[in-house]
Amino acid sequence: MAAVKMSIAKALNESLRKALETDPKVLIMGEDVGKLGGVFRITDGLQKDFGEERVIDTPLAESGIVGTAIGLALRGYRPVVEIQFDGFVFPAYDQIVTQLAKMHARALGKIKLPVVVRIPYAGGIGAVEHHSESPEALFAHVPGLKVVSPSNASDAYWMLQQAILSDDPVIFFEPKRRYWDKGDVDVEAIPGELHKARVARPGTDLTLAAYGPMVKVCLEAAAAAAEEGKSVEVVDLRSMSPVDFDGLQASVERTRRLVVVHEAPVFLGVGAEIAARITERCFYHLEAPVLRVGGFHAPYPPARLEDEYLPGLDRVLDAVDRSLAY
Amino acid sequence: MTVESTAARKPRRSSGTKRAAGAASARKTAAATAQPHDAEPQLVQLLTPEGERVDVNDNPDVAEFAPYVEDITTEDLRGLYRDMVLTRRFDGEATALQRQGELGLWASLLGQEAAQIGSGRALRDDDYVFPTYREHGVAWCRGVDPTNLLGMFRGVNHGGWDPNTNNFHLYTIVIGSQTLHATGYAMGVAKDGADSAVIAYFGDGASSQGDVAEAFTFSAVYNSPVVFFCQNNQWAISEPTERQMRVPLYQRAQGFGFPGVRVDGNDVLACLAVTRWALERARRGEGPTLVEAFTYRMGAHTTSDDPTKYRRDEETAAWEAKDPILRLKAHLLASGGADEAFFEALEAESEALGKRVREVVRAMPDPDTMAIFENVYADGHALVDEERAQFAAYLASFESAEEGH
Repeated sequence: MAAVKMSIAKALNESLRKALETDPKVLIMGEDVGKLGGVFRITDGLQKDFGEERVIDTPLAESGIVGTAIGLALRGYRPVVEIQFDGFVFPAYDQIVTQLAKMHARALGKIKLPVVVRIPYAGGIGAVEHHSESPEALFAHVPGLKVVSPSNASDAYWMLQQAILSDDPVIFFEPKRRYWDKGDVDVEAIPGELHKARVARPGTDLTLAAYGPMVKVCLEAAAAAAEEGKSVEVVDLRSMSPVDFDGLQASVERTRRLVVVHEAPVFLGVGAEIAARITERCFYHLEAPVLRVGGFHAPYPPARLEDEYLPGLDRVLDAVDRSLAY
Repeated sequence: MTVESTAARKPRRSSGTKRAAGAASARKTAAATAQPHDAEPQLVQLLTPEGERVDVNDNPDVAEFAPYVEDITTEDLRGLYRDMVLTRRFDGEATALQRQGELGLWASLLGQEAAQIGSGRALRDDDYVFPTYREHGVAWCRGVDPTNLLGMFRGVNHGGWDPNTNNFHLYTIVIGSQTLHATGYAMGVAKDGADSAVIAYFGDGASSQGDVAEAFTFSAVYNSPVVFFCQNNQWAISEPTERQMRVPLYQRAQGFGFPGVRVDGNDVLACLAVTRWALERARRGEGPTLVEAFTYRMGAHTTSDDPTKYRRDEETAAWEAKDPILRLKAHLLASGGADEAFFEALEAESEALGKRVREVVRAMPDPDTMAIFENVYADGHALVDEERAQFAAYLASFESAEEGH
């Protein structure tokens, strides 16, 4: 195995480099992705090596970035666009929802829209307003889009390339507060399917389901629970559209309890859908109602409050205890 | 020749701006000069409303564009006339079909035939078109069977043609979105080193949308081979152009760094010439152009609105005198370019087209129920697969219940 330890940020960078090398139709587009290499340096060095025709600094206009990417895709290119921060995707939301998501269906399948929209998302970095949001449910709700988020370096490397290879538009949420977390990446491995959930830690008493930045919190919670003699399984969903309900169901049938954790507001979030579906599928297996832990129905708070807003170890463990108390 | 110098070289098409700038702080004057509806707007015109050819020597504005239609023969003129007549007939038939309940909605192009046929016939096969939802005449020029346009208005699909067959993209209903798609496509054309061009159609109302401004920005920055063809038909549903802009639309291009031209949108020859000029600029690598075809929507925005509620009869009557089809007919008759036999034969062809459209629309089958789940994703999606199977089982349950009887 040719595993190399690297950060998620580096894994994404290497993944983009591989995609640019493999397919001349792959393009990188976005604000500051060229000389600067992106505000998080995810595209660092790519313009230097692949040129301004492949790694394109764009005007400061999100709708324009996604709208022109659609046109480039129609011409046969595979654009990977970077939205600088989560809260800035909304000027492009119209193009993503009314155009990108629907065009394949409207053309009765005659055209394909292989566009990847990369969005550094979620909180925990002490940023100002519009730089810490988790809008994944808004995209997962839209038919025609696929929505994924890696939680570790290996997934970052492989899932991004799989997203670029997909003939469907993919919204690729990058957990920005995990960019610097390191992990093993086997660049010669045969990756699993893009939308398959992964058991990140096996357990027998309860399943914690999460994706992106919250997987790490859930793994820490499972380790803490183990010290109290509770065996908690952690499932990294990896994909929010589609959700691997089969994989999650298998876990819940083993553990009989499920807590879903995400940073986004709980109300009408991805966790709500998971709770409903798993209740339908596993009604006779469940020993407790599916519980959810997440953000509040309030704007993302100022940075000095985000530690209280974001689900941490204690809130996850509290939900674990509530579930086990049934 | 740079884009900037091109723009600067044409002050004659920018008099509104100059006057407005000269008015400085004189508020009343500024407001007056900011009106987009000049009584006699400066237009590139080659054929007067009376059907007379404009003398190029008398009009330096026209001289630049006239050479682009020097090759147009009398037979070509008859062809343009035929295109306009058949397009109007198709459009009228669709309006009637909507009134008869065969279509859920129709967006008529009545009055805009010259803008669409003139620009549409300027295109090469390898050019790519991004239309809005009213470009029936452009679709005609691209060889799209007109009955294919009716599926979305009948409610059997949302587009239903392969855009790559005729290089004619699907109709776009969200106002202005397609100008960005055209710009991106044009960026791709330039990357490919091809010499084809892209044309984006939109209306005066769409010019208020941010996407159109972003398309102007991107196309200028990347010097993309795209022509922005705005049919200013004076009304965005019930909103007049005064509610969309304070300076003539074509002048907006200057601020983005590329030329804008206002053409008589009811003059098919001028539309052909100006569009050819703009397309050739694009092919030569000189970047985008904005063409404002100054025209008029004679009918309603769509069959769902009532123009008598928001516009005056006198206005409509004034524009009727500029009818693009009557204008070319007058020219063909006066110049001996066509005889009665031509017009009679064309009338018969129109009748046949109308009959075919009626028959095809009425015979259009409803799509299969399971089509709901088709083509949502190119690569498939577990949730769609699950819901398809569930719904199929649900539908099958009725069949088995009937069999049980």
